[in-house]
Amino acid sequence: MTASAAREARAVAEAIAREGYGKLVALLASRSRDVAGAEDALAEAFAAALEDWPIKGVPRSPEAWLLTVARRRLVDRVRRARTAESAAGDLAWLAEELASVPEPEIPDERLALMFACAHPAIDAGIRAPLILQTVLGFDAATIASAFLTSPATMGQRLVRAKRKIREAGIPFEVPGGPELAPRLADVLDAIYATYAEGWLDPRGADARRRNLADDAIGLGRIVVALLPEEAEGLGLLSLMLHAQARRRARRDESGQYVPLAEQEPGDWDGALIDEAEALLLRASRLPGSGRFQLEAAVQSAHAARRRHGRSDWSAIFLLYEALFASTGSPVVAVNRAIALAELRGPEAGLAALDTVSSDRALDDYQPYWAARAELLARVGKTDDAARAFERAMGLERDPAVRRHLDRRRNTLQPAKPSETNAERRVESLMVEKET
Amino acid sequence: MKFLCLAYEEQAVLDALSRSEWDALRSETLAYLEILEKGGHLVRADPLQSARTAATLQVRGGRLAVVDGPFADTKEQLGGFFLIEARDRAEAIALAARWPSARLGSIEVRPIEEGLPEERRYRATGMEAAPGDRAFARRDGGDRRDSRDERDDGNEGGAR
Amino acid sequence: MQFMLLIYEDDAARVAHMDDWMPHCGAYVEAMKKAGIYVAGERLRGVDATTSVRVRAGQTQVVDGPYAEAKEQLGGFHLIEVPDLDAALAWAARCPSAARGAVEVRPVWPL
Repeated sequence: MTASAAREARAVAEAIAREGYGKLVALLASRSRDVAGAEDALAEAFAAALEDWPIKGVPRSPEAWLLTVARRRLVDRVRRARTAESAAGDLAWLAEELASVPEPEIPDERLALMFACAHPAIDAGIRAPLILQTVLGFDAATIASAFLTSPATMGQRLVRAKRKIREAGIPFEVPGGPELAPRLADVLDAIYATYAEGWLDPRGADARRRNLADDAIGLGRIVVALLPEEAEGLGLLSLMLHAQARRRARRDESGQYVPLAEQEPGDWDGALIDEAEALLLRASRLPGSGRFQLEAAVQSAHAARRRHGRSDWSAIFLLYEALFASTGSPVVAVNRAIALAELRGPEAGLAALDTVSSDRALDDYQPYWAARAELLARVGKTDDAARAFERAMGLERDPAVRRHLDRRRNTLQPAKPSETNAERRVESLMVEKET
Repeated sequence: MKFLCLAYEEQAVLDALSRSEWDALRSETLAYLEILEKGGHLVRADPLQSARTAATLQVRGGRLAVVDGPFADTKEQLGGFFLIEARDRAEAIALAARWPSARLGSIEVRPIEEGLPEERRYRATGMEAAPGDRAFARRDGGDRRDSRDERDDGNEGGAR
Repeated sequence: MQFMLLIYEDDAARVAHMDDWMPHCGAYVEAMKKAGIYVAGERLRGVDATTSVRVRAGQTQVVDGPYAEAKEQLGGFHLIEVPDLDAALAWAARCPSAARGAVEVRPVWPL
């Protein structure tokens, strides 16, 4: 084998592992519902490809080649694992699949796989990790870091969830009729959880590790492509693209944190914002409203600064009112209070924050304390503001944001700061992690 | 002065102990803890579960990574520590040398940094440390222990 | 259950910057106390003040320095009481030292 043939084989295999992994797993597991078995068979097929392709050349349809080899491995596995009698049923359909000439165009069943992973019978906390593994081929260690769990624990949870899919008979299908909306909401939640984890990584420039935010957007695009008439799917993609457009503007050249209010709209990615706006418009013409469309609309009202120089705070307040009415979430209440402060002054904002301050869920919620600190600073309660800033610092895990909060704390002015400054500052609080 | 005594042990050496050797080490350790306590030396003692249960976390360039296992890749691993009050370093070393597992591994004796006055921690905010809220209070009695008994810890590592 | 957050950092840098880093550490400890999870914690002096002791064949051997000669050394710890490992990791991620060195999370045995 020549070195260049080996390189080419590897490049093709890696491209498929990146782009087509989930398609192949979805096809291999859809009848047996054995995701782990499908993944193992696919891993073996990839290993075989790396031996075979450099010698015989890369086949015309590499994906179909991988699918055929993986299916054979599945047959071997079933034969080995069971007595002839109990395996007969499985072998019959496997033989059927083997006999069918692999389509040149592999059908995209990834959405069905996502619906299986985000099934109500699967623990909500493991749905996003499961999708990352089965659809995108992430390993457990990478997922563990993203979701802040030990790799061993994450590995066990993934194994357990896959066993559940197989044993509980969770179907690989996109549900129809009235079932679709609630089930799609679960899928979208899992995708958004993935985005939220990726969003926390401000740079996303580490080439060795994939960026979850980009991957979540990729998943969102799959949903939109396969369910183009679902408004909430469009809403989620719009929301993620809006956030993505501002992602890099959150840091200056020296790596310091730049809050939303201090970002130059010129640093935002205009093309992404345009795409996000178009998606939201499309969604608004379809039936079915929901959380993601409302949140995308909030981002759209911030993006208005591009043209009008100021976020549309009355729209933002009304949108958070609507979100709060449907979710009752204390996190939404914090954002609503910030919008209120913009419209009616910091006292009104603080009073609104006080209505949720007894909620224990906010004790460890950094944005609540940062918002409180800024509003206290605006009304001149410097000592209380300093304490709230300190609390926010202690809860923050991003060093750049921690330094920002420390700077704010150290520059607190006992006198009431000028209104213009205060306006800018409070805008900086709009929290962008709302999960 | 307060000294933190870190007990390092090699997992293989611990694994090689028989049940009765374990039990002996454990009761010896408990007896010595009582001696330290009676002598007014013991502030607290915390045995750790095996280094195999460790997870290590780092943030680099805003990115977070969690890996299984301890931070330091050494033959002997931190197995627990005891915090003692001693007149000086010499007394701390003498007390540490009598810790039973010093025969199996090694004990690192490190003075606690008490140089930073409490108020400086909070100088920027004027925030005061709550009275009796020393960073290191003596472990209080029963309730904590009760809750810890319900842990699901897989019984790894044995009884120190 | 109780978890020990063991802080490993470049020892020389830690000693040199102890004052500058204090506000961030202080805020972190304060947040843990307010959350009602903080049990104990200490900072250690620089590693040059360390002595290692071992007993072999009845003989006590005392050497200066830490057990492992490494740039990054244990600089302190926090002991916290939280429901599970995930909660412990979530708090460890907020520790300012995680961005400079590493935080090792270990469950504690009940005595």
